[in-house]
Amino acid sequence: MADANLAVPRPVGRPAAHPGPRRWPALLRDPKLMFGGGFILFLVLLAIFAPVVAPHDPLEQDLMAATLPPWGFAEADPAHLLGTDDLGRDVLSRLIFGTRVALTVAAVAALVAATAGTLLGLLAGYFGGWVDAAVSRLVEIWMAFPAVLLSILIVAVLGSGLTSVIVAIAVIDWTRFARVIRADTMAQAQADYVTAARTLGFGRWTILFREILPNVMPGLIALLALEMGIAVVVEAILSFVGLSVSSDTPTWGGMIASGRQIIYQAWWVFAAPLAAVFLTVLAFNQVGDGLRRLLDPVLRR
Amino acid sequence: MSAALLSIEHLSAISEREGGASILRDVSLSVAPGEVHGLVGESGAGKSTVARAILGMLPRAVRVTSGAIILSGTELLTLEPKRRRSLLGAHVALIPQDPLSALNPSRRIEAQLTDGLRMWKGCSAAEARRRALALLDEVQMREPERVMRLYPHELSGGMRQRVLIAAAFALEPRLVIADEPTTALDVTVQKQILRLIRDMQLRHDTGALFVTHDLGVVAQICDRVTLLFGGRIMEQGPTADLLLRPQHPYTRALVAASPRYDRPEDGLAPVPEAVMARCRQEIAAFDRGLHG
Repeated sequence: MADANLAVPRPVGRPAAHPGPRRWPALLRDPKLMFGGGFILFLVLLAIFAPVVAPHDPLEQDLMAATLPPWGFAEADPAHLLGTDDLGRDVLSRLIFGTRVALTVAAVAALVAATAGTLLGLLAGYFGGWVDAAVSRLVEIWMAFPAVLLSILIVAVLGSGLTSVIVAIAVIDWTRFARVIRADTMAQAQADYVTAARTLGFGRWTILFREILPNVMPGLIALLALEMGIAVVVEAILSFVGLSVSSDTPTWGGMIASGRQIIYQAWWVFAAPLAAVFLTVLAFNQVGDGLRRLLDPVLRR
Repeated sequence: MSAALLSIEHLSAISEREGGASILRDVSLSVAPGEVHGLVGESGAGKSTVARAILGMLPRAVRVTSGAIILSGTELLTLEPKRRRSLLGAHVALIPQDPLSALNPSRRIEAQLTDGLRMWKGCSAAEARRRALALLDEVQMREPERVMRLYPHELSGGMRQRVLIAAAFALEPRLVIADEPTTALDVTVQKQILRLIRDMQLRHDTGALFVTHDLGVVAQICDRVTLLFGGRIMEQGPTADLLLRPQHPYTRALVAASPRYDRPEDGLAPVPEAVMARCRQEIAAFDRGLHG
């Protein structure tokens, strides 16, 4: 056996890197991506340049100019386009500064949840057996907890603040990724190209990350965009119950909470951040769907 | 030891899922360099199990109980997995059944053709690309430059199978395992692909194990044939002998059942029940011999 006629070779090079499907002009032809992506880009710019763009200091109070209605109504002050709240703070400026917390939480929490969930999903889907059983039971147990209660609990334990909110969202929502990626991975692992890669002598990790991962990417990216929308809502909920960042940082959830108390005197304080949350979640969902179509080589025209 | 490239000796396997039922019963065959050996049988006869056993890719529930698989003097079944993978990766190639699912949908043809060259031959990117183009040319692909930039879903079934044949021969393997490579193709393309595999195999002096259920394909491409039923060899021999002078009643029934252009009204008849009963008896007799 040892005196084999054929030499047992060792790999002497690496296979080519995955070039990734790229066709940027297609981006401009999809209205979902155009509007959703355009709106999110707009929000990102607002968040970065908030101090320049905002007409007022978001914390500056002026009790003489409290509950001024938005532009176009009688008694409106043209200096406050979206009116002022009960403390005379400019609603538009607070909205603009609120994008900072909303987008930070959306991006970071979704990425952390996606990384953890994807990793576990890939392992469960590819290796099966006890790995799959362990991950699947963990996901099932995790999902049995009421999500909002769990997040409130986490923030209550960790103390309020941006990091706690991000941790809370990631800890709850990794299951979403784990489940979808596990199913996708199982389907891909059945395909003959995985067998072909094994015949070629690729190792398990090479196959998992170079062959299978790119093929679950379209689903993952769509889910990531969806998750960013969900994170915006959860952050608003935590702000609403006063468990997010400190009250001197303007957040959309905090604005909704304070606006709710004066909804009969100044409905715009409540309506403006609500609209912002709504539009942002909508935009993330559109982008997710558009990206999935763009990245999926089979759906692509 | 014989000069065989691949020799399978008394291979038996059971499925643990079906309560230890035998799925391979003392299968022996050998493939000489430059020879095409047909492995024929109906679904469930065990032909794919043999192919997978060589590649070390048996399903979890299937266990080899006895026998040996010897590739150029190296016994594969007892070889340490990492060494076996390297040996198989460099010297054995697979031409799979479904050419769409056998190509990674998210990678360009170029990347998939050059993987093996870079990994096993240490080619630079430019060298691997040059060789991949030569291979595409060798499998008579039109516009190889353009094809290299495409994704698998942008190719037709026949083109995909050509790419896979090019990939299979890229590393100059000693043995090619073809698992029903023409089943998913339409009849005209089938003929071209068969001829291409035969050409490539002769030119590169590669041994081939050709898994199929189609005696017509066997007649066109195989030098020797092994006919399986229920994991047991029913008949084995040179193609011409087996097809023209079948000895076993099962072989006779299969040959008689094959459609013929000159007698379209004959053929396509099912294998007679008496013949099936005889085959099952032989298997039962073999199993009794095992246990008593």
